[in-house]
Amino acid sequence: MDEALLSLREISMHFGGLKALDKVSFDLREGEILGLIGPNGAGKTTCFNTVSGVYRPTSGEIRFRGTRTDGLPPHRMAALGIGRTFQIVRPFPNLTVLENVIVAAGLNCYGKLIPSCRPWKGRKTREEAMEILARVGLDSQAEQKAGLLPLGNLRRLELARALALKPHLLLLDESFSGLRHEEIAQQEELVRKTRESGISILLIEHNMRVAMGLCDRLVVLDHGMKLAEGKPESIRNNPEVIRAYLGKGGSANAS
Amino acid sequence: MSEYSITIGTLIAIQAIVACGLNVIVGYAGQISLGHAAFFGIGAYASALLTTAGGLSFWSALPIVLGITGLIGLFLGLPSLRLREDFLAITTIGINFIVVSVFQYVPFFGGALGIGGIPRIVLFGERIRGVSFLLLSAGFLAITLLICWLFTRSWSGLACFALREDETAASSMGVSPVRFKLTAFILGTAMAGLGGALYAHFMRFISATDFGFPMSVMILSMVVLGGMGTLWGPVLGALVLGILPEVFRPLTDYRMFLYAALLLLMIRFQPGGLLGENSLARQTLSRLKGGKS
Repeated sequence: MDEALLSLREISMHFGGLKALDKVSFDLREGEILGLIGPNGAGKTTCFNTVSGVYRPTSGEIRFRGTRTDGLPPHRMAALGIGRTFQIVRPFPNLTVLENVIVAAGLNCYGKLIPSCRPWKGRKTREEAMEILARVGLDSQAEQKAGLLPLGNLRRLELARALALKPHLLLLDESFSGLRHEEIAQQEELVRKTRESGISILLIEHNMRVAMGLCDRLVVLDHGMKLAEGKPESIRNNPEVIRAYLGKGGSANAS
Repeated sequence: MSEYSITIGTLIAIQAIVACGLNVIVGYAGQISLGHAAFFGIGAYASALLTTAGGLSFWSALPIVLGITGLIGLFLGLPSLRLREDFLAITTIGINFIVVSVFQYVPFFGGALGIGGIPRIVLFGERIRGVSFLLLSAGFLAITLLICWLFTRSWSGLACFALREDETAASSMGVSPVRFKLTAFILGTAMAGLGGALYAHFMRFISATDFGFPMSVMILSMVVLGGMGTLWGPVLGALVLGILPEVFRPLTDYRMFLYAALLLLMIRFQPGGLLGENSLARQTLSRLKGGKS
């Protein structure tokens, strides 16, 4: 199991008496797209937040590329190679689309005194950022204020910012929600291309069709516990999963 | 130039330096501070004490003064790591009151009498006064503006902008909130310290009341009026708020009222400040530029 890029071991996250996560363990292998699914309130976003450093887990161990990372703050996780997007988009509204991406491109400068004093308006930085924007199809809006973009473009901007970090692992928190049909197809294409470029992906998805079609494997959470793990087709036919989604007695109608 | 207008001009230049410092904290890093006059005061008292009781010259005291104000700014910036917006505003007001009372009641700082007999600045064997002091202050203002400009172009500056816009998103992109909020506080308060040192050697007598909460409000007004987060905004704000009271001297009793009215009008009609984005000034400027090309 030492080939795992990310591994969670018995991760628990308690908020007072609420067990948002209860001894969840799973591995993400190099180069795979792993989907995290489950009903509302299952603990998916909490799980994301422990991996990206927003929360320090109550107990358990997280390893990323072999090093222990639970409890590290978000900016350290970013430096280690984890990029993320947010379920509720968080652009820098008063900066331009291009500047939004350039912020992420400075990842290696923020930690050290001298590089952080260097100018960010260099031509090379700009070209690299433009290239990433072109990849997600936002290059024509580069000079616009990010606050003015519609949701579909903001989701792509979030992806562009995460890509500018040149991460090993990308965390996508419901990157498809609120998008129109054709936008979903574009976004799916983007995620596939991203994986082909060598970036592993952990994603949360509510849209079952998207999750089943995109992911190599799925982890199902329910009430903070891992309910099932496996290939999409085995998850689809897992009676426990069907029960969690549809309630008891619903399984007969679901098939 | 008359003695009178030289004095006004010098005070404007000094206040512009202090306002530039506040702009780094409020405009660039988005951290509200309503106690900036405290650092103006700390700079003034530090320089006054070092040159009177300490016997140093202005120039050898200056690095120490900047170090002291920056260091105290660092400590007082710590609350900003835990507090947001309105709570931070109230905490910084509190800091202002504490600093003023320390100056006022601790005998070491001269108590209610303040500190007098502060020596003049000596440069190239000349005692600086009058127009020379105005030029010296303008020179320091130019250096301050240059540092601000370099800061906005540096990765540190961009990190501060990102923090101002969205702290959670910024930290997921490798920006450490602790590091860059404190950077902004150190830089901003050191500039206030520079302004304070100049003020002490210009007035040659200082007392705690010069650096009270009303002064903080005035500095913040300059930044808001001129345009938060812009380079020249604080300078313009200092100019307008420095000249207006002189123009309206007969209305001296209504000065605070005028400030308040001006601020309300600004927030209502030009929320970005005189030089902010989409402001009348910018629009006119871009129209002129467009007309030329």
